[in-house]
Amino acid sequence: MTPHPAPEAGPLLGRLSLEAFPLHEPILVATFIAVAIGGIAVLALVTRFRLWGWLWREWFTTVDHKRIGIMYMILGLVMFLRGFADAVMMRLQQAMAFGGSEGYLNAHHYDQVFTAHGVIMIFFVAMPFITGLMNYIVPLQIGARDVSFPFLNNFSFWMTTAGAVLTMISLFVGEFAQTGWLAYPPLSGIAYSPNVGVDYYIWALQIAGVGTTLSGINLIVTILKLRAPGMGLMKMPVFTWTSLCSNILIVASFPVLTAVLALLSLDRYVGTNFFTNDFGGSPMMYVNLIWIWGHPEVYILILPLFGVFSEVASTFSGKKLFGYTSMVYATVCITILSYIVWLHHFFTMGSGASVNSFFGITTMVISIPTGAKLFNWLFTMYRGRIRFELPMMWTVAFMLTFVVGGMTGVLLAVPPADFVLHNSLFLVAHFHNVIIGGVLFGLFAAINYWWPKAFGFKLDVFWGKVSFWCWVVGFWLAFMPLYILGLMGVTRRMRVFDDPSLQIWFVIAGIGAAIIALGIAAMLVQFAVSIWKRESLADTTGDPWNGRTLEWATSSPPPDYNFAFTPVIHRLDAWYDMKQHGGERPLAGFRDIHMPSNTGAGVILAGISLVMGFALVWHIWWLAGLGFMGLIGTAIAHTFNYKRDFHIPAETVAKAEAVRTRLLAAGA
Amino acid sequence: MSTTVLPASAGPAETFYDFDEHPHPEGHSTMLGFWIYLMSDCLIFAILFACYAVLGGNFAAGPGPKDLFDLNLVAVNTAMLLFSSITYGFAMLAMQQDRLRATQLWLVVTGLFGAAFLSIELYEFHHMIAEGATPQRSAFLSAFFTLVGTHGLHVTFGIVWLVTLLAQLARHGLIQANKRRLMCLSLFWHFLDVIWIGVFTFVYLMGMLR
Repeated sequence: MTPHPAPEAGPLLGRLSLEAFPLHEPILVATFIAVAIGGIAVLALVTRFRLWGWLWREWFTTVDHKRIGIMYMILGLVMFLRGFADAVMMRLQQAMAFGGSEGYLNAHHYDQVFTAHGVIMIFFVAMPFITGLMNYIVPLQIGARDVSFPFLNNFSFWMTTAGAVLTMISLFVGEFAQTGWLAYPPLSGIAYSPNVGVDYYIWALQIAGVGTTLSGINLIVTILKLRAPGMGLMKMPVFTWTSLCSNILIVASFPVLTAVLALLSLDRYVGTNFFTNDFGGSPMMYVNLIWIWGHPEVYILILPLFGVFSEVASTFSGKKLFGYTSMVYATVCITILSYIVWLHHFFTMGSGASVNSFFGITTMVISIPTGAKLFNWLFTMYRGRIRFELPMMWTVAFMLTFVVGGMTGVLLAVPPADFVLHNSLFLVAHFHNVIIGGVLFGLFAAINYWWPKAFGFKLDVFWGKVSFWCWVVGFWLAFMPLYILGLMGVTRRMRVFDDPSLQIWFVIAGIGAAIIALGIAAMLVQFAVSIWKRESLADTTGDPWNGRTLEWATSSPPPDYNFAFTPVIHRLDAWYDMKQHGGERPLAGFRDIHMPSNTGAGVILAGISLVMGFALVWHIWWLAGLGFMGLIGTAIAHTFNYKRDFHIPAETVAKAEAVRTRLLAAGA
Repeated sequence: MSTTVLPASAGPAETFYDFDEHPHPEGHSTMLGFWIYLMSDCLIFAILFACYAVLGGNFAAGPGPKDLFDLNLVAVNTAMLLFSSITYGFAMLAMQQDRLRATQLWLVVTGLFGAAFLSIELYEFHHMIAEGATPQRSAFLSAFFTLVGTHGLHVTFGIVWLVTLLAQLARHGLIQANKRRLMCLSLFWHFLDVIWIGVFTFVYLMGMLR
């Protein structure tokens, strides 16, 4: 199928017409039917059990960082299933399309699939996962009751969700971008992409980007302002440190993305000439700008997980972290260096030998602090009393996998080598090697590690191990062939192939993807089984792993107010310190606790943003204008609400703490 | 773990919990948060300046700065914005002395200067577009209109915010929450002034030198 020419825009529905619905794509129709049936079933169940009020009051409007963290994780998980479905479709297409076969995906569809896969996995899987994790854990680790701006936190989550929803809508109404995940112009310009795909891309990312930037500001201020008394910067847990650096990177890079996408939308909507081929525009300007955001972005993703591995390695080795100070400085070095390497994404642009050498060297230099971290983890394990629980298994798998990905990265940092490997499957293998081996393995370690804290019971070990082995084996099988294909010169984003000798590698990669699918299924089973068996897996102590940091000092799950009394910190690893020095949990003298109130403003603002985004995509100008006025009006109305807090009475606190005391006594 | 009630009496007891409730004062981190937000906004302007620096010479055989800019008009415009910053400063001084009337008055004056700035800017844009120097004409003009227009859009939002605050002052007076909001808007307003100094220097003055 060839793309339609841009349809005429009507006053009422803009470019939206019946043709926008992809009824001619059987795969999409079937997906839509499945999604519709599933969606209706969920809505019916929620209605049947009268859960709407509960959902609205307890979850949608909540300002509790813990609940918002959990909602982020659910968003990430749902979008992960979508992104992985895209991956499987690509593996299947590439394994089939040999010897004159066109495979089963036409070019129009295939190009959307690889674009959506990248966009979804980075923006709506990895970002919600790490933001959710930081949201949940950071306030607990620093002994705070919530984040600095609880309403903003709720708003950020819903903006991210609105972006994700807009991306999902593009699956069934219109199309998504066919440009690759960074939408380089001139391909993404109006001349070569006249339809709605790129517009969906732009507005989904802009809406979600507002949420990400604000949550970055929120967490930085939280970490700087709300640490418990005594917790100097060099007494912060490493995860909090890496979160701080990651959020600094968010605030220092997402505005760049916002700006560059705004310029692209001006080119598309107004007809300006920033990135066009004529009238003095410069497409390479876009490539530079988007990578000034894009490179820090990969460190935004990996840094918090470096923190997770540090916490896990130390806890499960029964030792304090080796080289805490060097770990902090390595993190800070990586944060700074991540800003001066962006050009390595386009050595082939033709900047000349001097510029390429500079960026090649800065890129290689990053491996030094990263290497220091790796040795720190190894020395933490050295002569430790290692417990091979699931989080520790993921950490070991990470160390083995990530080193390979890191080394191929150093290889790509050499400009002459990059000229050969640029845009090849070698590159694709490299970044999946570090993102799956680093970010995803880290998330799985984190989920297994902190699940008992969030829900009060551990995850099932058997299904966890099944998932672990499927994932690790599947990963190596799926991506090592891509390294080989890349070295043989196969470029990325290809839909059909001529050379039959390549097919076997794609088949192996496809088998790897199937094994990963089993790993994902096993993980879902692990969640289900654990919920089923939650009584026998229950954690009554609040400290199931013999942990070292403050989040383990409170109950599992923590009460709304996190800590009945603010902890006082004397040394690193505050909770371990308390356990060593007889820090007793106070049992009386509770006070009223000051807490922020729930508000629906975040949901409403994000909902209006979603409608406005949809209207802008389809050129429904009256609706976009209405949405804009609605946004301003709602935001102003919200500022007239001065009553944003309440007190949890001391009796309620005393009751909750008495339950914990009983549980602890029963477990002791 | 042990759950005994009293801490062991032997040795110098370290306290591990603060038994007093010290609620954070309302808006304890707002100024820091708002400052960080302003820095993120500053980055957006940095990108627009960078685009102007790179694309600002690409006239595509169209008009350049010397054909378009009227420095006298821009000087008057700059004066309007600088005056508005001074008057905002007076509003803040009045706020410190808890003089509600004076605060409101100076805010109104600030808003009027801001509106004058915007009107002159719109007149300039209108004039340029009428001459055929539209944002679509060349990359230079795209970058010019976007940079200057984004600043103007910020001033517009500043005025909307200012009017909102006037309503809130009328309703609740100089309570702590309103003082905090006034201080945030003050940061925002002066920030826009600083950005304008950059625009004035790099776009208009240097443009005439090119």
